[in-house]
Order: sequence, then structure tokens, then C-alpha cells
Amino acid sequence: MTTPHEAVIGSTGLDHRKMGVWAFLGSECMFFGSLIATYLVYKGRSLSGPTPHEILNIPLTSISTFVLLMSSLLMVLALAAVQRGDALGARLWLFGTPFFGMIFLGFQVYEFATFVREGLTLQVNLFGASFFVLTGFHGAHVSVGVVWLLTLWTLALRNRLTRADALIVEIAGLYWHFVDIVWIVIFTLVYLIQ
Amino acid sequence: MTRGVWGWITTVDHKRIGILYGVTAFVFLLVGGFEALLIRLQLARPDGAVVSAGTYNELFTMHGTTMVFLAVMPLNAAFFNYIVPLMLGARDVAFPRLNALSYWIFLFGSLFLNASFFVNAAPNAGWFGYANLTAKQFSPGANIDFWVLGLQILGVSSLIAGFNFIVTILNMRAPGMTFMRMPVFVWMTLVTQFLIVLAFPVITVGLILLLFDRFFGTNFYNPAAGGNPLLWQHLFWLFGHPEVYILILPAMGIVSEVLPTFARKPLFGYPVVVYSGMLIGLFGFGVWSHHMFTVGLGAVVDSAFAVGTMLIGIPTGVKIFNWIATLWGGRIRLTTALWFALGFIAMFLMGGLSGIMHASPPVDMQQQDSYFVVAHLHYVLVGGSLFGIFAGLYYWWPKMTGRMLSERAGRWNFWLMFVGFNVTFFPMHFLGLLGMPRRIYTYAGGLGWDLWNLVSTVGVFILALGILVFIGNAVASLRSAAPAPADPWDGRTLEWAVSSPPPEYNFRNIPTVHHRDELWALKAGRAPVEAAPPPPREIHLPPPSFYPIVVAAGVVLAATGALTHLALVVAGALVVVFGAYRWAFEYRSSLGGGLRPPSDASPRGLRGQSPRSSGPR
Amino acid sequence: MTQHPPVRTYLLVAAVLAVITAVEVSLFYVTVMARFLAPLLIVLSAAKFSLVVMFFMHLRSDHRAFTGLFVGPLAIAIAIILALMALFGAFVVARP
Repeated sequence: MTTPHEAVIGSTGLDHRKMGVWAFLGSECMFFGSLIATYLVYKGRSLSGPTPHEILNIPLTSISTFVLLMSSLLMVLALAAVQRGDALGARLWLFGTPFFGMIFLGFQVYEFATFVREGLTLQVNLFGASFFVLTGFHGAHVSVGVVWLLTLWTLALRNRLTRADALIVEIAGLYWHFVDIVWIVIFTLVYLIQ
Repeated sequence: MTRGVWGWITTVDHKRIGILYGVTAFVFLLVGGFEALLIRLQLARPDGAVVSAGTYNELFTMHGTTMVFLAVMPLNAAFFNYIVPLMLGARDVAFPRLNALSYWIFLFGSLFLNASFFVNAAPNAGWFGYANLTAKQFSPGANIDFWVLGLQILGVSSLIAGFNFIVTILNMRAPGMTFMRMPVFVWMTLVTQFLIVLAFPVITVGLILLLFDRFFGTNFYNPAAGGNPLLWQHLFWLFGHPEVYILILPAMGIVSEVLPTFARKPLFGYPVVVYSGMLIGLFGFGVWSHHMFTVGLGAVVDSAFAVGTMLIGIPTGVKIFNWIATLWGGRIRLTTALWFALGFIAMFLMGGLSGIMHASPPVDMQQQDSYFVVAHLHYVLVGGSLFGIFAGLYYWWPKMTGRMLSERAGRWNFWLMFVGFNVTFFPMHFLGLLGMPRRIYTYAGGLGWDLWNLVSTVGVFILALGILVFIGNAVASLRSAAPAPADPWDGRTLEWAVSSPPPEYNFRNIPTVHHRDELWALKAGRAPVEAAPPPPREIHLPPPSFYPIVVAAGVVLAATGALTHLALVVAGALVVVFGAYRWAFEYRSSLGGGLRPPSDASPRGLRGQSPRSSGPR
Repeated sequence: MTQHPPVRTYLLVAAVLAVITAVEVSLFYVTVMARFLAPLLIVLSAAKFSLVVMFFMHLRSDHRAFTGLFVGPLAIAIAIILALMALFGAFVVARP
């Protein structure tokens, strides 16, 4: 008799949920791919309004990019801690990861507010529309990840996250890393290549 | 099994969910059919006055949207749900609660979309909603909002089911069932699910951009601000072309099961049929702009897509040859299921031929937006998908209901549908070539279109009569006392090894598979005879849950809020989050509590529950 | 359960990611590289992408099925991005 949070191994020798998450991430490649394609198709086609060159703040975004990258490191440390039954490590890194995520989101909010103040809105031109929709949906994905990880953290706080739960932490981690690699692509294509 | 309505609301049993999908989808088939009847009545004579132009636009839009998303896809889903786990030798799908969620989101989304009729704002810009007719400027009412939100909801349902079935098929096959021993219906389902999870995200983005244009003033599709309506067409057809393979591959799978059974001969060239299905799926992503030949993409681009489209004809043709070869030399039993399968081959072939004609850009320049395309698409979608679905209905009805359908009524059903269908749609080839455009609410007399339009309208009533015969057959069957045997057709696949209908747990012991067409091998004595292991004392099944319907309700509540009040959007989101949290912790005794063995799980005082846990043991 | 790399490996990967990011940002400011900026940055970010996927997401040492489930859709997504860019004239060289 299996309990739902332990691995359910199927005909491939792999767990159902891990397989499901990878299929989901594949699908998300198509989702973000379409948003990125929209951004790239409209690059340089705005009829007016602020351009990327005028408005993007590379130093600032480099910092937030670095923060998000490091959050992925904290995530693998969290998983490693859960896998070896290190309760303290689990609590530390399962807080650290979403904390870094929230710092990233804080930078995003500041950035968006600044852009709006400087005249870049959803409506003003195609750059505004495609930029905010692309980075906005990415930010929404980060937010979901933050809530997810904080939930796992509360479980860890109450000593309710055991070695047997390594899989659900791994799955949260896969989602989190994916959100990170999408940002790697966005940072390059939107910010660095103007 | 939980009794009564609450039992159905909280079910996570794939068989019940299959029935829910089937009944709901059939109702919407009738709704879409009724819309078609009104369309044909309007077009029966020149200067028709049955409906106004505005209503006509709503009718053809909703007919298309309903038939694609609310009828054919969920009818296919009914079979995925009921039959695939049985064919795999499994007790259920990989994620039973997600399975229920898919259904409830589908149901509520369908109701949401059709609610638009009640506020006189049904979608009216075609099932493909071309920009920038769909812009707020040109479609100021709520019609397109209903359409965008409705499709997004339905897309979520399909995506979730896609992940579920991919994992189920990859990971829940019975011991010994290698990929090349899976039934072809399972293979086609697998390819279809991959198409769904890859194509739906693209239209999700297209719809998001449209949503932002309409609700938040962006200009993604507004040429005045530099936007390009063609972006919509590309995003839509990047989804739309794989979508038509999503619609047809399951029917091809059904036919690949029905033909060998009633020819009493294994499927000819099984590996080739499987690989062809995979190739069709893959190539399906490379041909989308053949829907855009008249847009002005240029000769190079047109040629590239033309070549790709013609290439797709090859694996399709290969399948048809394999099906014919399956029949050749077989000892044919002409059951209704086989009639529909034969009808499928002939009608799909005709639809494929008109499709190949469209594949040539210069030819398509004449055919685009004419009734020739309407003929083509109905030959493949009705002659193809719907006939395939009816073959599946007649084939699997005994298994799903425990009753037999009348073969005599079945033949009336088939021939009325076959004749009616051809009388309705064959003349449309002529109408197209005579220059009749699509989507016109009426036409002047004396253009040479009068006769064929009248003939077509007569045909649709014959087709409708055929559907009525099916309904009569079904009702009579369900009322009849005679129970169906487990294996009425001398079946080849595992679903025929259990009773009709199957017990809740499907298989007493999970079978071990040694062959393709395992059941024939068993019956012919070619399979190793193993001493039947003692049946397990307890079989663990996933317990019922009402969080799927709760989450689904939250989703549609939020969508309703988008049309009414922001507060409802927030409320809907909260319901979703609440439902999701309770769902995630359903098997833990409380938030932050320890892992409680499921034998203690008493699902909220529901009666008649035995201890359960998930897993194909 | 597959073998997991030691924490040291993760720290090393994180360090490499940080270095590559620093290089990318620096390249952005080095105007002499402007013509090669796009291809260079794409290569570098592809490297970061691969490192995270292979090591942090463990794809390198996991079952091939996961690789297939991810890389297939990724390839199709990249193809669609390139196709749409081409269809909208992103790769047309301007006439002098």
C-alpha cells in the first residue's frame, strides 16, 4: 500500500508526478516560446514611445538576474538537505529560495513602476505591450513558485517534511529552476540584445 | 462506490468520468447540430429570412466552436477515459483527481460559453476569430470576450488531461506491455495528448494577447499602432493545424481497433501504422500556413508549406493502405461498428483528397473561403472523426453499459447518416467551385447555387434522422433487460477480458502481457498459462474527492468575473487557491500534520467507502 | 534513486553561472564587440541554460525519458520562434 507522497513507480521505473512535471515543463516551453516569439516579432516595430535602449536598466536587472540564479543554487541545497534528512538545512534553504525569489520580484516591481513613470506602459507601444506581458507572466510564474516553496517551508518548520517527501521538493525544484532558465532567455533576448 | 449524485460529483473513477464526458459531449453534439440545422434552413432558399445576419454569424461561429471543442474533442476524451486504462491493464489513470478536474472544467467552460446566448452575446467572428475583427473597436459587445475566456477555460481542461494521459500511457502499462504491444488506439491517444500539450499553449498565448487588446488596451493586433493581425493567424493556426490532427487521430485509432476485430485478422503493418501516426503528429506542426495561402506570404513561404502539406498525405495514405490490407483476406463480420469504420475510410479518403487539392497554393487561391473548404472540412471531421466516434460507440457500447445496441437499428443509423451526410456535403464541392463564399447569411437567386443549397438542406435532415435513430437505439438498449457478455465481438485487447461493464477496480489481478492482441493469444492458447494468482484481499483505489469540482467552479467564477465584476475574479481565484490547498493536503490529516496511512482516510463522512490508496498494484 | 552530485558540484556550477553572467553583462558594455554581441550572448546564455538543466534539474544523470519529454518540446518551441521571426522579416537583410 503506497501513501500518496511517496513515489509511485510506474512501468518505466519512474515516478508519475516527476514524469508529469517534466511533461508540463515541456508544454511551458511552448507557452514561453510563443510569448518570446511575439516579443521578437515586434522588436523594433513600435511606432513611437520609449525604446528598450532608453528605458532598460542593465545594471539593476543584472543584479536581479544574479539573485534569481543564486536562488536556484539554494533550491538544490534545499533538496539535498531534505534527501539526507537534514531538518535544519531544509528549513534554511526552503526559506532562502523563495526569499531570493521575493527579492527578484521586488526588483521587478520597482523596475515596472519606474518604467511606467518614465512613460512605458502596456498601451503606449508594442515594446511596452510585449515586454510587460512577457515579463509579467514570468513574474506570475515566479510568484506561484514562491507561494509553493513557502508552503513547503511551513511544512519543514513543523518537522513534517521527511526524507519520504524528497520527491515533492524535487518537483517544486524542477518548476523553480525552469522559471529561472526562462529568465536566462528573457534577460539575454530582451535586455542584453537590444 | 458512493451513491447518487454526490457519487458522480466526487467521482475520480475513469469509467464514470468517461461516461460524464460522453453524455455531456453528446448533448453538445446535438446543440451544434441544431445550430447546423438553422444554418441549413437559412441557406435552403435564396434571400433566406429564417435568421438575421447577426444571428447567422453567431450560429456558424458557435456551430464550429461547439463541434470542435464541446463535441468531438470530449467525445474522444470519453473513450480516452473509459477505454485506455482498461487497454493498458491499469486500474485508473495516473492522476485521478486531475482527471475529474478536467471534466468539471470542461463542463463549466461549455456552460459559460453557451451562456452567451442567454445574454444575446454569442461569439460571432467565426470559430477561428480573425484579428482585427475581434478588436474591441469592431466587436464592442461581450461576444468575443465570451469566446476568448471560454476557449481559455476549455484549453486548461484539455492541457490537464493531456499531462494525465501522457503519464498514464507511459507509466501505467501492465507488466509485459511494451510500447509495440500497446493497442493502436492507445498509441493514437498518446500522440494526440502530445499534440495537445504542445499546441494549446500557443493558442493560449494568442488568446492572452487578444484578451489584453480587448481588456487592457494593448495593440498586439492593431495595425494602426504597428500591430499585425497576421500574428493572430499564425498563432491560431500553429495551434489550429495540430488541432485537426487532435480531432482525427483518435478516430484513426478506433478504426484501427475495429477493423482487425471484425476482419478477424491482426492489423496489417502495425509498426507502420504506429510510426505513421507519429509522423502525422510531428509534421502537423510544420504546415500551419497552408491555412494562410491567400494572405500574401510570398512564393517561397507558400511553396514550403505546400510541400509540407503534401508530404503529410503520405503517412495518411499509408494508414489507409494498411487498413485496406487488414480487411483483405479477412473473414468479415459486417457489424454496425465495422460499417462506420468502412464509412470512415471512404469519407476520410475523400476529405483527404480535397485537402490535397487545397495543398496547392494556386488551386487554393480559388478554393479559400468557398464552400469547397466547407465540403473538405466536413468530410474529414464528420465523415472522419464523427464516423470514427460512432464506430467506437457501437464497438464499446456493450463494455461501457453492459447492454447491446440493436444491430438492425444500427444499420438504419449508419445508412441514414451515411446518405444524409453525403447529400449534405457532396454538393458543397460544386457550390464552392461555382463561387459560393463561406459565411454569407444568404445569397441572391439565379447564381446557380439554388439547387445544391436545397439538396444540402434536405441532406442535413436525413443526417439528423440518423442521429435520432442512434438516440432511440441507445435508449432502447439501456432499457432492455438483456445483459452484454464480457466479450461480444471476440476481442483482441484487454478491455474484453473483464465484465461488461467492468468492476470498479477493472482487473482482479493486473494481467501480464506477452503479445500484441493479447486476448486472441490467450484464447488461442498461445499465451503461457500461468496459475492464476489468488485475488488480492483488498484492492486499493483512489478515494472520491470534491476538490476537483470546487477548483473548476473557482476557475469559471473568475472568468465570469472578468465579464462582470473584479470582485468575482478575486473570489474565483480564492476558491481555486483554497481548493488547490485542500487538494494538496487531502491525504495528510491536517495542514502540517504527519502522513496518515490512507486506511484511516474517511473522506468527510461519505458512506460506502473502503480504504483506498492510489497505485496500480 | 539516482546518484546525486555532491554539494561541491552545485557550488561550482553556481560559480560558473555567476561568472558567465558577469561576462555577458561586461560584453554588453564593450562596444567593440557590438557586431558579435548577439551570437556571443546567445551562446553564453545557452551555456547557462544547459548547466541549470543538466545539473540543477539533474537531467544529465536522470532517465532519458525526462530528457525526451523536455528537449522535444524545447526544440519545437525554438523552431517556432525562428519560423515566426523569419515570417515577419526578422532575417531579411536590408538593401543598401
